[in-house]
Amino acid sequence: MEYINLLFSEIYKILYVLIPVLISVAMIVWLDRRIWAFVQKRRGPNVVGPFGLFQTLADALKYIFKEIIIPASSNKVIFILAPIVTMTLALIAWAVIPFSENYVLADINVGILYIFAISSLGVYGIIMGGWASNSKYPFLGSIRSAAQMVSYEVSIGVIIINVLLCVGSLNLSDIVLAQEKIWFVIPLFPMFVIFFISSLAETNRPPFDLPEAEAELVAGYQTEYSGMMYAMFWLGEYANILLMCALGSILFLGGWLAPIDTPLFEMVPPPAWLILKILFLFVLFALIKAIVPRYRYDQLMRLGWKVFLPFSLIWVVLTSGYLLYFDLLPVY
Amino acid sequence: MLAHAIFFYFFSFVAIISAIMVTVSKNTVHSVFFLILDFISISCLFIMIGAEFLGMIMLIVYVGAVAVLFLFVVMMLNVAQQKNQWFKSTDTSTHIPIGLIVSAIIFFELIIVIGGWKYKPDIIKNFSNSLTSNSTNTHTIGSVLYTEYIHLFQISGMILLVAMIGAIVLTFRKREGVKRQNYFSQISREKNQGVELVEVKSNEGVKIDV
Repeated sequence: MEYINLLFSEIYKILYVLIPVLISVAMIVWLDRRIWAFVQKRRGPNVVGPFGLFQTLADALKYIFKEIIIPASSNKVIFILAPIVTMTLALIAWAVIPFSENYVLADINVGILYIFAISSLGVYGIIMGGWASNSKYPFLGSIRSAAQMVSYEVSIGVIIINVLLCVGSLNLSDIVLAQEKIWFVIPLFPMFVIFFISSLAETNRPPFDLPEAEAELVAGYQTEYSGMMYAMFWLGEYANILLMCALGSILFLGGWLAPIDTPLFEMVPPPAWLILKILFLFVLFALIKAIVPRYRYDQLMRLGWKVFLPFSLIWVVLTSGYLLYFDLLPVY
Repeated sequence: MLAHAIFFYFFSFVAIISAIMVTVSKNTVHSVFFLILDFISISCLFIMIGAEFLGMIMLIVYVGAVAVLFLFVVMMLNVAQQKNQWFKSTDTSTHIPIGLIVSAIIFFELIIVIGGWKYKPDIIKNFSNSLTSNSTNTHTIGSVLYTEYIHLFQISGMILLVAMIGAIVLTFRKREGVKRQNYFSQISREKNQGVELVEVKSNEGVKIDV
């Protein structure tokens, strides 16, 4: 009986995080399309509901009622597993995101490593989908995507080391609390810029959307998918984008902390600050999608390995040297 | 404690079954996926004994990087061709004794390690940091690895570097007729270098030479 109670209370807590995440994924898809449209002087989705807010729900309904087509020559088990893997991995990473000091589902010691591990697993959904489709374009798209995600993960890892040097803990709440005096975006501004660009590449967003470059690869690894399975890829992708925005705001923009410690700002509940910062980063993501042309593949690899990786490695040396010289290293 | 036992048996069951499936399954890509499942359940077991840092590093390094490369290599092979050669014929079974020898050696090494741990418990006490202190195991590993074992740590890094350079040297060959793009000259190109306005006389055309 005790276990069952525990189980239900845990499920309740999980739903308390999961349902807002899913709803906000639906909303940011709409926001993404609206911003994209405004930059190009179009109207965007504005028919379903007020300001077209329910457009994503209408799209989701359409996908649910469409037929799921499984190609005859595909590897059926892996073909079906791929979107499930993408969606699950995009959602379970939210378990460690701290929304305020006490409002976190799992406050584990190695939270940042957990998120890093989960996002490095994300590549499997794409590889599985591309390989199981047994078709040329999905396979090419998935290979491109795997190479891209593995390369940019390296630089994200080095950037995370920069932040961890200043914090001295792998716990996400500790990382936020270490920014009470100054947000890390100010001392580590170049790292913030590189982290932002790398997270664009990590989530396959434009200008790095080569895995699904429609002019060359139809839709990349999603070509053979239809109906609900396509919708799961799509939702997983946007949940990943939101997660990267949340990670950026926790690592560099002070998480749930208010910009200035004044009584007026203290009236705002802490999770609202985190949500505002996530939205700010997401608007940047959406603007970049609208204004930047797609990279060529060799340029993408050159940027990841020859520019970002050496630069962030040098910055690790600089950060640790600075902290050591001024005796600022966090001691545990 | 019951939930702990249930999780432990679940993860170890999955680990053993998937380890068997790696060798049994006929499709090599399926083997790699079972290997990934094995890695994941082993890292869950690491987390269950409190070694969360090791578990996460296992996920990041083995599943996130090594297994992706495995998957690449295996996907590039022609699986249908392999089936004929490896699984259906019986005369190419020379690899079985070698496999047996290797697995016997690994088994004895494991016995030596566990036996040393069991019958010489004072080996563990030589660490400067006791494992029961309040700090997290990330701090404990770091304070041992970067002080007492720094030379071994650096040497293992050098071995990996040498292996990487060796692999690059082995596979590197100069190809003829490859167009290389110079990034700097591409972005520093001006309009007057790329476009030329020509007055064309009628009925004569323009001679284009590239």
